Amino acid sequence: MSDSNVLLSVEDLHVHFVTSRGVVRAVEGVSYQVRRGEVLAIVGESGCGKSVSSLAIMRLLAKPAGRVVHGKIMFEGVNLLDLTDEEMRERRGRDISMIFQEPMTSLNPVLPIGLQIMEPLFIHLKMTEEQARARAVELLSLVGITDPERRLDQYPHQFSGGMRQRVMIAIGLACNPKLIIADEPTTALDVTIQAQILELMKELSRKLNIALVIITHNLGVVARYADRVNVMYAARVVEKGTADDVFLRPRHPYAMGLMRSVPRLDRPRGAKLETIEGLPPNLLDPPKGCRFAARCQFRADICAQDPALEEIEPGHLSACLRAKEIAAGEIGREQTVIEAGGKREGRAGEKLLSVTGLKKFFEVTRKTGTFSSVKSEVRAVNDVSFDISPGETLGLVGESGCGKTTVGRLILRLETPTEGAIKFKGQDISKLGAAELRPIRRKIQVIFQDPYSSLNPRMTIGQIIAEPLLVYKIVPDAAAAKKRVAELLEAVGLFAYMAERYPHEMSGGQRQRVGIARALAMEPECIVCDEPVSALDVSIQGQIINLLENLQKRLGLTYLFIAHDLAVVRHISDRVAVMYLGRMMELADGDALYAEPLHPYTKALLDAAPIPDPSIEKSRAARTLGGEIPSPLRPPSGCVFHTRCLLADDACKATIPEIREVKPGHLVACLKV
Amino acid sequence: MAGAVSQPNVTYAAPKRRSALAMFCLAQPLGAVSGVAILIMLFGGVFADFVAPYDPLTIDFGAMLAPPSWEHWMGTDAFGRDIFSRVIYGARTALTIGFFASLFGCVSGAMIGVASAYFGGRVDMVVQRFIDVMLSFPIIVLALVVVAMLGRNLLGGIDINLVFAIAIPIVPKVARVVRSAALSIREMPYIDAARAAGFGHMRIILRHMVPNVAAPFLIMFTAFIAQAILLEASLSFLGLGVTEPTPAWGLMLSGNASDFYREAPWMILFPGLAISVAVFAFNLFGDSLRDWLDPKFKV
Repeated sequence: MSDSNVLLSVEDLHVHFVTSRGVVRAVEGVSYQVRRGEVLAIVGESGCGKSVSSLAIMRLLAKPAGRVVHGKIMFEGVNLLDLTDEEMRERRGRDISMIFQEPMTSLNPVLPIGLQIMEPLFIHLKMTEEQARARAVELLSLVGITDPERRLDQYPHQFSGGMRQRVMIAIGLACNPKLIIADEPTTALDVTIQAQILELMKELSRKLNIALVIITHNLGVVARYADRVNVMYAARVVEKGTADDVFLRPRHPYAMGLMRSVPRLDRPRGAKLETIEGLPPNLLDPPKGCRFAARCQFRADICAQDPALEEIEPGHLSACLRAKEIAAGEIGREQTVIEAGGKREGRAGEKLLSVTGLKKFFEVTRKTGTFSSVKSEVRAVNDVSFDISPGETLGLVGESGCGKTTVGRLILRLETPTEGAIKFKGQDISKLGAAELRPIRRKIQVIFQDPYSSLNPRMTIGQIIAEPLLVYKIVPDAAAAKKRVAELLEAVGLFAYMAERYPHEMSGGQRQRVGIARALAMEPECIVCDEPVSALDVSIQGQIINLLENLQKRLGLTYLFIAHDLAVVRHISDRVAVMYLGRMMELADGDALYAEPLHPYTKALLDAAPIPDPSIEKSRAARTLGGEIPSPLRPPSGCVFHTRCLLADDACKATIPEIREVKPGHLVACLKV
Repeated sequence: MAGAVSQPNVTYAAPKRRSALAMFCLAQPLGAVSGVAILIMLFGGVFADFVAPYDPLTIDFGAMLAPPSWEHWMGTDAFGRDIFSRVIYGARTALTIGFFASLFGCVSGAMIGVASAYFGGRVDMVVQRFIDVMLSFPIIVLALVVVAMLGRNLLGGIDINLVFAIAIPIVPKVARVVRSAALSIREMPYIDAARAAGFGHMRIILRHMVPNVAAPFLIMFTAFIAQAILLEASLSFLGLGVTEPTPAWGLMLSGNASDFYREAPWMILFPGLAISVAVFAFNLFGDSLRDWLDPKFKV
């Protein structure tokens, strides 16, 4: 690799944040190079410094707290850190552009998107209105937006999330940059849309010879699209190499742990997920020596020393003092024996929860003019039926807007169904009043997605967990409540002393454990888990899933597990239901559904889900599902999936397919099966 | 150690452990100054009996309309009463009425606002239209109507009905602001969790929603003390508030003061200054409190 090919070279970068609580050393001694036309992925968990290091390249660190204290950022032979603000501004957008995570908020809502694409062209390339417009049309068609002429004058709210991300990419590409930095570009998008966007970015990078730095926590994304990978942990790069090196021969225990702690669609389902125990260190006061040592299963005395990032084989570096032993296969080979997931026995007998013909329509008023509006319905949940046996886990998957969360809220009776029955232990709870519901509420509990907003910030952990105990008189007095709180905290893997803390003093994973303890305090029989792990880091996800499974075994709990991550759902669920636009598409035993999906939508979902293994990923043809998810305000006629389905014909447009049992226990709503 | 991660040669002063008060003073110097002004007023008002050099009611015809001097720092009025002492006692009147009127107005407004947001739907609709009606009256007119309707009702030297008259125009304003804060809190998952737990409405409102609107409440409470002081002064000036001979700033501006202000400008200068400083101090303090409590301004 000739040196002239190197586009960006980061050398020994140190970024510090000065806060009122001390100095956070957010990036320490990070060095890497990006060559022209190459895709580099920076992987790590939240707070590891991956975003900060790339913001430093753009010189967009939050001032005055954040500063680069040491290092060089050489871009085409110029140190970006030495440039004046004016010179830097010229490069931003023209030579280097950035794509952010949130397509919903990174476009200005009051400007038409055409203007937003043309703006950098006016500023950097001094184009005329006409030239810029022509270029904008060209860019929009490049990123796969149809009818670009007309769409130029539309506003961001007229675009869906995936479309907005395409617009963001178009803006990024506008001035033919040499480098694009994409910070979690697809995290906010649905699986099928994510695949479209990544496919597009990879193709563009190849076609236009643009170097791409993708910052992500999703290992599957990395395996499919990256040429080289940097793994970061606690402000440092701990492993770097080609994608094959890092995925197939990881040489740092953290990277090894990360690979193993994600449930995978291409492997048999294990009984238990392997996890990295513990939490990442606090960067205000990082530990001496190897920063991963506290969580490392191969920790030895030597790990009290600071490990350097050293080459183990050409181009493959690891910052582990025992990397040679790992490479030689002396340690790390012996994987903890994973017992295969037990055969799930069908549970006959009484159903705990049974939902039939559930519907929820929200009435919305849509403005059609200044003084006119029409009332219409959003059919959030349309004719959904399933039942759950005691001790079973039913997984509910689907993309955003498919109504899976609404189903959960209806069962919790946070919403009242428009139609249909929800039977809990034989009693229909769909129309009960507040007083009659009270005893049942105790039996059906909930765990929410966002551990940051699901706990009242003004109450201590102890108060939060003790509240239901005292309200329902589960314990006689405050002293007994305190004892029970301690037991519950220990049951979810926390410590009794944490009862004194406030939620903001805890990490995301710890808060999610508190949420679980609060649900358990009521002694429920059924828990609705609404995306309980999707806001957590990979290594923490595994811990929470294992905790949920242990609790289920110990307490005989029944779960309705709502999630969009197919691999996580497969791991935990006995049976899985797939929803699309308010309707149920397929319901089957978990293993059967993944081994042999019958509905075309389920197949597309499984195809779109990336697998963290480059050899598998690169051999898989790109089979992305085209099109957008239609608006639930105007769902397509007949089968709601027909607009994106490859098998669809006229019959699909006309008839709504009934959900029917195709094989024993395998229900599908498709005319073509 | 060879090759380990390099450490740049930068040192930082150890972070000083500062108290919350010290942090506030550093980040909000104006707030700190206004806080001190409020404390001085509070001290003067509470310990007026010891601080004031003269009795505020004693008439001394020997010292009528005396200009400011070492004996009478702010001069005397047409009855020879010491203006400095009357301004100090006036602080007691202003702060008492201001505090209780703002407290009453803000607490009732907050309760209405939170309940309106929590129940939503028709309840919210009715409450909000009622608030619209209330807001369409000029604040002083509304207070005048209430004073005229209720008459006087002295309790421990304070006119309770005057407190009500000043508090009532505050209620709809606070209800509006608190409602919008409560609306966003209502959508938080922890409120859903409380509902899913089957807790009663009162518990959810008092235990889960009210503490979370405490920040906007506190800010409005301080700001409305200023409004209440101003309103009390206006009503007293118009002869509908505090009555003679009770020392009150608004009252000191009316009556004889308007006859003699050419010969004795100190008669209106000092009470007027007192009103301005008090209102300014509470407003500034409220502003700094808002910035301080807003997480966006935290480093």
